[in-house]
Amino acid sequence: MSAVGIVMLVHTALDRAEQVARHWAASGCPVVIHADRSVPAARFRAFVRSLSDVGTIRFSSRHRCEWGTWGIVAATQAASAQMLRDFPEVRHVYLASGSCLPLRPVQELIDYLDARPRTDFIESATTSDVPWTVGGLDSERFTMRFPFAWKRNRRLFDAYVRLQRRLGLKRRMPNGITPHMGSQWWCLTRQTLSAILQDPERADYDRFFKRVWIPDESYFQTLARLYSGHIESRSLTLSKFDFQGKPHIFYDDHLQLLRRSDCFVARKIWPRADRLYEAFLTDADHAMKRTEPNPGKIDRIFARAVERRTRGRPGLHMQSRFPNPSWDHGPTGAQYAVFQGFADLFEDFEPWLARKTGCKVHGHIYASGRAAFSGGQPVIAGAIPDSAAIRDYRPAAFLTNLIWASRGEHQCFQFGPNDNQGAAGAMSRDPNARISVISGAWAVPLFTSNRNFGDLRAEAARLQKIESDFLDLLRGPHAKARIRIWTMAEFVDSPMEPLQEVIDDLGAKSAQRLSEAPKMVNLAGFGQFLQNLKNQGMHPYLMGDFPTGPTAARPRPGHHRKPYLVKK
Amino acid sequence: MSFVSSYRLRLQRRRWLIRAVRKRRELKAVANRTRRIRREDVLLFCTARNERIRLPYFLEYYRQLGVDHFLFVDNDSSDGSADYLAAQPDCSVWHTPHGYKRARFGMDWINWLLLRHGHGHWCLTVDPDEFFVYPFCDTRPIQALTDWLDASSIKSFSAMLLDMYPKGRIDAEPYREGQDPLEIATWFDSGNYLIEKNRRYGNLWIQGGPRQRVFFADQPELAPALNKIPLVKWDRKYAYVSSTHMLLPRGLNLVYDEWGGEKASGLLLHTKFLDTFTAKATEELDRKQHYNASVEYRAYAGLMRDDPELWCKWSEKYINWRQLEILGLMSKGNWA
Repeated sequence: MSAVGIVMLVHTALDRAEQVARHWAASGCPVVIHADRSVPAARFRAFVRSLSDVGTIRFSSRHRCEWGTWGIVAATQAASAQMLRDFPEVRHVYLASGSCLPLRPVQELIDYLDARPRTDFIESATTSDVPWTVGGLDSERFTMRFPFAWKRNRRLFDAYVRLQRRLGLKRRMPNGITPHMGSQWWCLTRQTLSAILQDPERADYDRFFKRVWIPDESYFQTLARLYSGHIESRSLTLSKFDFQGKPHIFYDDHLQLLRRSDCFVARKIWPRADRLYEAFLTDADHAMKRTEPNPGKIDRIFARAVERRTRGRPGLHMQSRFPNPSWDHGPTGAQYAVFQGFADLFEDFEPWLARKTGCKVHGHIYASGRAAFSGGQPVIAGAIPDSAAIRDYRPAAFLTNLIWASRGEHQCFQFGPNDNQGAAGAMSRDPNARISVISGAWAVPLFTSNRNFGDLRAEAARLQKIESDFLDLLRGPHAKARIRIWTMAEFVDSPMEPLQEVIDDLGAKSAQRLSEAPKMVNLAGFGQFLQNLKNQGMHPYLMGDFPTGPTAARPRPGHHRKPYLVKK
Repeated sequence: MSFVSSYRLRLQRRRWLIRAVRKRRELKAVANRTRRIRREDVLLFCTARNERIRLPYFLEYYRQLGVDHFLFVDNDSSDGSADYLAAQPDCSVWHTPHGYKRARFGMDWINWLLLRHGHGHWCLTVDPDEFFVYPFCDTRPIQALTDWLDASSIKSFSAMLLDMYPKGRIDAEPYREGQDPLEIATWFDSGNYLIEKNRRYGNLWIQGGPRQRVFFADQPELAPALNKIPLVKWDRKYAYVSSTHMLLPRGLNLVYDEWGGEKASGLLLHTKFLDTFTAKATEELDRKQHYNASVEYRAYAGLMRDDPELWCKWSEKYINWRQLEILGLMSKGNWA
């Protein structure tokens, strides 16, 4: 018989527990099983009978084991005491559960422990050092009382915690011991375990820990510190916990992962994971030996799962992730650029921008009529249609979808006061948005159009109002986008500087200075046009101070004004 | 939520339940094998009308997932559906000649069967053209999911409706009995779903997909709802309010995270758009037994006459659940 004894805590899936107990026993490890008292008597009797042919499997007195309560510790104490009493040759006691599965041949575990006869393997850390907290309780686990079950009487539990906090009630640790916490699954030496169980002051400790929350993660972890000569603070059982503190479960498709995990025992195994039980119990040598161990992979997979559950994929709105509007990470998942006025002022702004930056450049995606996607496509990535009705139905969601569906490719689009403004608020609050505005440029298409002046005047007043509202949003206290605003007069005066800024922002393909600028609309007579509006009582102020005289901005006929940059 | 409105919802839930109990008289058992249901069984509830051709594959698919017992309401089929189902050892069948619409689109019947047989079970409520997909469904049976949900104290599981369609005319390739409809309807829209929160019931209201893109491009607000909560650990106090879109009590509708995280979710692959659809649409239009004066079917019938193609250049071809999870249509949540 080996010097390693197994204490097994069992509550469901007794057939699997039987299988595993036999496996341990067959390798020479004596087993003491504790079955939860909530297991019906008939089933328990059948369970005992089914294992009666194995002499080294015993059953301990039964306690009710409810999650987070003292019962689990009491069960462990009873079963461990029986193990030490009944099997005097046992030197290490390994605490396991019915859903634990030995991954490596048991003999390897025995040899490993034989080589470390005085070492206690128990994860044990002070409360201030570890971030495992369920329900926001860490050190308070020890300083408060928890007479109510968290799973059944959540309201009473929470109310009593609040009451104790308000009244400042605190308990003192007996004999000034330092509370430690760690995995419930340990492997202790006879010396340490018997010292804990036979401590003359055990009654005091027990009384204290009976009112501690989740004592199975702290009782042995704390007391082992008092007696152990050599603690190795880690669990030999591979056990991963999710963000609620409940163990991750292993299934058939984890077989390869577990093979490479390099751990002695894994928990928790889904009882119906037939392939796992078959692989590790009937053919253990074969199961483990073939592949190179890679224990980090399991860690990564489960860490990612927790990350996905708590943080999720930024910019994804879907059936099970719908951040409420006050959640301040913005509605989109990637940076994008919004240009207002540029396409009005430059004839070929969109192709020029696409050429310079390699971004996906759309037209006015919020235009009335239809969304002007790049290349005039009727549908784009994600099967988002260009229907204005659908877009205007949920304008902000349209933007969220567009950025999510085209992730991996930087999106730019044109915006303006003629467009649906439904998403303006969302954009201004979005840290991913980079909004560049040439204010007042909407007047250029009016200027070049061939319409009655009365209509133009009304239209100009409308557009100015809309743009002014948009600018208020951008300058408002809730704006989080990266925002650049130039008046049209400023911009026309020296266009290269701002263009360079915008291009640099987008991470242009080459770091060199701009050599080629987009072609500006011929603005001859624009000043006069503005003056005419003023004369009609409509004051266009968003474009800044434009030279008014008919001669001031007029270039020689036949020449378009070409912007240039003075190199310093 | 104020005391008054929560009390109102409570009354409303009672009303649906009473209505369900009253409507039980409309159901006549054709084959009742519910005594064979064991305590841990996962149950499937379904209303069908003239879907005989789809049933063999439907049963095969869900048996393979691990569904233990099927409870069908046969709404006066004339194609032998009831006899076929009654001959299956794991099916219980009820027949009703009454109006689908009067029974709140079949929900009263289903609520009754859930109340009577679903208590304490994980219950999946789907239509014969819906195929449930959840994370790891290719390697883990549905009991793995329900055990995990139990362990996580989760009572309801969301699965958005994902409309599948063929490339080309939807009537180009005829569907054969027993065939996997996803072999024909292989394509779907990956990212045009619009979400709004329903303040009253707390659920998300999702519209979009090919039906909105093609049939409702001018009236997007009329596009059918796609949010569904088909898998619930049933309690006799629960009631479906409108199809499986939402439930009462409203806590069951909170299947989404509001602080950036992702809860686990699945999808219902909706294989309505096969060659059988055109005939069905015409028939349903005559019966006028569908939601909102069958506005949906009217829109279909109109467009289907001209150019029944839902496929577009940006349609995605279905591969497996992992693809759907990468696209962000469903999520593993913290199940790994």
